[in-house]
Amino acid sequence: MSNVMPILKKELRSYFASPVAYIVLSVFVLICGWFFSTSLFVVGQASMRNVFTIIPFVFTFLVPAITMRLLSEEKKTGTFELLVTMPISDIEVIVGKYLAALVLLAVAIGLTSINAFTIAMLGKADHGATFAGYVGLLLLGAGYLAIGILASSLTENQIVAFITSFLVIFVLSLIDKVLIFFPAALASIFEYMSAEYHFNNIARGVLDSRDLVYYASLVAIGLYFSARALHRRL
Amino acid sequence: MIEVQELTKLFGETHAVDGVSFRVQNGEILGFLGPNGAGKTTSMRVITCYLPPTSGRVLVDGLDVVERSLEVRQKIGYLPESAPLYLDMNVVDYLDFIAAVRRVPKLQVRQKVKHAVEVCGLGEVVQKNVGQLSSGYRQRVGLAQAILHDPEILVLDEPTRGLDPNQIIEIRHLIRELGRQKTVIFSTHILQEVEALCDRVLIIDKGKIVFDGSKDELALSASGRELIYVELRADGDVRDQLRQVAQVEAVHLVAKGSDGQVQLRVEAARGSDVRERIFRTAVEKGWTLLELRRDTRSFEDVFRELTMSS
Repeated sequence: MSNVMPILKKELRSYFASPVAYIVLSVFVLICGWFFSTSLFVVGQASMRNVFTIIPFVFTFLVPAITMRLLSEEKKTGTFELLVTMPISDIEVIVGKYLAALVLLAVAIGLTSINAFTIAMLGKADHGATFAGYVGLLLLGAGYLAIGILASSLTENQIVAFITSFLVIFVLSLIDKVLIFFPAALASIFEYMSAEYHFNNIARGVLDSRDLVYYASLVAIGLYFSARALHRRL
Repeated sequence: MIEVQELTKLFGETHAVDGVSFRVQNGEILGFLGPNGAGKTTSMRVITCYLPPTSGRVLVDGLDVVERSLEVRQKIGYLPESAPLYLDMNVVDYLDFIAAVRRVPKLQVRQKVKHAVEVCGLGEVVQKNVGQLSSGYRQRVGLAQAILHDPEILVLDEPTRGLDPNQIIEIRHLIRELGRQKTVIFSTHILQEVEALCDRVLIIDKGKIVFDGSKDELALSASGRELIYVELRADGDVRDQLRQVAQVEAVHLVAKGSDGQVQLRVEAARGSDVRERIFRTAVEKGWTLLELRRDTRSFEDVFRELTMSS
């Protein structure tokens, strides 16, 4: 895994050397700020709940935007050929790129902490809930990013990568809202598959291993199959 | 040393490479020649561990490219076709990145990058973004990337593609320099390139090797005869008299000038050298010999014969 660092650094550099990082960050902070301030000023509620409800939705298009170019661009420009003939294993390439995306997403999430601090200064906020919410967001984002990188590893077209990962993430986030349409026997299975169901559990402050296992397996599956795709030179 | 054994690569139903075997000795410069789509790039991609072989084996210094892939990759410097680069990085950053991925020890990175920049003549553009460079410079950055970690083996896929004549000469010079210490395989479809650079030539067509040997052997191979170019001045027709010379098999008139000056192409048996006998004949008959040299068939002719017939 010693080769993860150079890849991670290079990807971070290219995020911040291009407008991608800044667009991602400003869109994210703007949306979060909007929902935060409406709940704060209009409703008069010193809570992050509104923000935590909206961020998972923002993730559905923000995460694909972050991950779409990670591998597809290398394939399109041909740098892929050089990258995979370097003495680095496929999984190192994937992990390096994945971590770079995770860092960018963590920075985005971190920037919203300004809202949390505002609340902490204004009134009696529930710090535990805020903390749990952030943990949940990070895990949710980590899971989505793994889907995003997998989509990017399967195509040389960034738009295709964006749309595929958007669709998968959208479905995963939507399942727990349409559970009533499923027969009761299936409902619990679908509930377990829902990404937001687990997020809500964690955001409520319950750190259950079932939820952690869910995100861990999402990440593991995404990264494993991305490395497979790389290995097969898809 | 590189050993390719019965290499076959299928893309669907098509045989991109079909049962190819050859060896490249240490310190050899091998020119890989063939029409477009003959399987040059595919073969190189198997050697560099980009594509796995469908069947057959490739050993680099005795290491199998599939089983010991990472070790093999460390030994090879590779310039893929059209030198793909990260366009958003500047030259130094890019080379630093390659050095890091190649696991060049931290203390040596500066010196190795500097060396590669010097060798490839990138001094003026080190701070520029790769995306702003002309194709000639990009090709050189690609080459710098390939030689950065001082590999034993260089695999260069059309290193002079897209360059102007001056740049081509520079790159050739560079390859020749590198070839003094390293094993170099390079592909091209420019025949002069092979003439200028290689110890050995490998011609591949439709996935199969149609020629494997030295340059001189290539010149002979298709004709099977020695060619001598003669220019002389004499009265009357000299062709019949030349045909009498031992081992001469045919005499063709190339051009006829005024005052009895003729240019002839003499075909002689393979492996023979009839120049001396032609000279003596000329002296005997009192012809004025203006020029007498061994003629090589043009590489173009040989190449066409080899690749059209199969």
